[in-house]
Amino acid sequence: MPKITFIDAAGAQRTVEAKNGMTVMETAVKNNIPGIDADCGGACACATCHVYVKAEYLDRVGKPSAMEQSMLDFAENVKENSRLSCQIKISDDLEGLSVTTPESQH
Amino acid sequence: MASGIEHVVVIGAGQAGAQAAYSLRQSGFEGALTLLGDEAYPPYQRPPLSKGYLKGELEADRLFLKPGSYYSDNRIDLVTSAAPVRLDLAARRVEFQAGPALGWDRLVIATGARPRMLTLPGAGLDGVLALRTLADVDQLRPYLTTGARLIVIGGGYIGLEAAAAACRLGVSVTLLEAAPQLLGRVTGPEIADFFLRTHRAAGVNVRLNAVIEGFEGTGRVSTVRLAGGERLDCDVVLVGIGVIPNLELAQQAGLACGAGLIVDRAGRTSHPDVFAAGDLVQRPLVHYGRVGRLESVHNAIEGGKIVAASILGLPPPTEEAPWFWSDQFDVKLQTAGLWTGADQRVVRGDLESGRFAVFYLKEGRILAVDAVNAGPEFLVGKRLAALSARLAPSELADVNLSMKEIGARALG
Repeated sequence: MPKITFIDAAGAQRTVEAKNGMTVMETAVKNNIPGIDADCGGACACATCHVYVKAEYLDRVGKPSAMEQSMLDFAENVKENSRLSCQIKISDDLEGLSVTTPESQH
Repeated sequence: MASGIEHVVVIGAGQAGAQAAYSLRQSGFEGALTLLGDEAYPPYQRPPLSKGYLKGELEADRLFLKPGSYYSDNRIDLVTSAAPVRLDLAARRVEFQAGPALGWDRLVIATGARPRMLTLPGAGLDGVLALRTLADVDQLRPYLTTGARLIVIGGGYIGLEAAAAACRLGVSVTLLEAAPQLLGRVTGPEIADFFLRTHRAAGVNVRLNAVIEGFEGTGRVSTVRLAGGERLDCDVVLVGIGVIPNLELAQQAGLACGAGLIVDRAGRTSHPDVFAAGDLVQRPLVHYGRVGRLESVHNAIEGGKIVAASILGLPPPTEEAPWFWSDQFDVKLQTAGLWTGADQRVVRGDLESGRFAVFYLKEGRILAVDAVNAGPEFLVGKRLAALSARLAPSELADVNLSMKEIGARALG
């Protein structure tokens, strides 16, 4: 089971064990990681599970779908490495993945 | 902060009640916190019940809003299968059928709503089901085997989502709608026609203007009888004709009720220390200058946050334009705002393409948008609706102008 590190806007790190097949958003929720609201529960409908993916993992998490990209185009504080964490599925490829949560999801 | 509040009791552990509890703790409330749910499960997401969970794509525990340890770690006393029978506002107590009453300093009522059921002959037969809770889906799903015959009554979002999910499971689905169009309560003809075409193309037998006379069967439903004598054979019936707010506790306690339990912008009922949020409340719809009852995740989460802020005397979150979504087959519909009262509809994009939006305007100002597989239209439209932005219909309809540009022009 891959380990994933969540870093909050202030720099505090938490590393948790993730389960293959679940999403990064679900992993955050199951582990009480603050900073990911996920109001819609993973339906790619609300853009409140926004994270920044560490550069070297960007290729491995893959490109956002057209719907995710269009949601990201209009989220707050979007950067080059922004993704919606409900759309990133965990697999062994993502061992060591690290994502940073933004200051606010709204 | 919040000095003197020793115990907050939240009745109802759906999305609104749970959010109130989570936000109270997140905002630093240190007192005792009890969350009473009448179901057997901890708080969970309802939207997937008529979508992925019905299709069997998710296990129940993936629906839970928080892991079990969250409640003990955060000193939230979560009590499941708890059904209060009476509120005593003078003595500040919640009473149960059995067991001791529970005292409170602040009370949050988030009892939600229940499915409206039909009162037609035979409606009490086994196999005439509703879809609101995890237990409801667990009852429905065993019927949905390949080749089984499902009759869905009601062409609203729940009925359409369930029809789509069942169709994907290989079930033969007939959907009966009493009105001449689908989704009549929630959207306009363009979106309704789009979903009608989508469902028919996928093989759902959609019948509009259907008048049901009753149900027949020996113990278990086997036939739906229509006006005019037509009989439709089935293995199971799903009724999705709306919900009734669970107002009984509030009404019996003498709290002011209208179409729902009446709250002000702070989520406060007619009793200063009793608050409410979620499907059951009638709240100010601040973007529209009226009051109303909403049934949505957004309304539940926002209401829960507002109530927590009010109890703790903190600044309330900014109200968003109401928003909703629905997934059916490969279609994602995202709605922002409320279209009631629109005097103009503007289509952006090609209705046949499967990617378009309909903007609803009143006196030139944007009330709402329905976006079909169209994220930018939804997200920009949500801000436009919240500000009642004034936009030329020709600009909205011009797909050569990006939503970013349209938003920048209107929002400055």
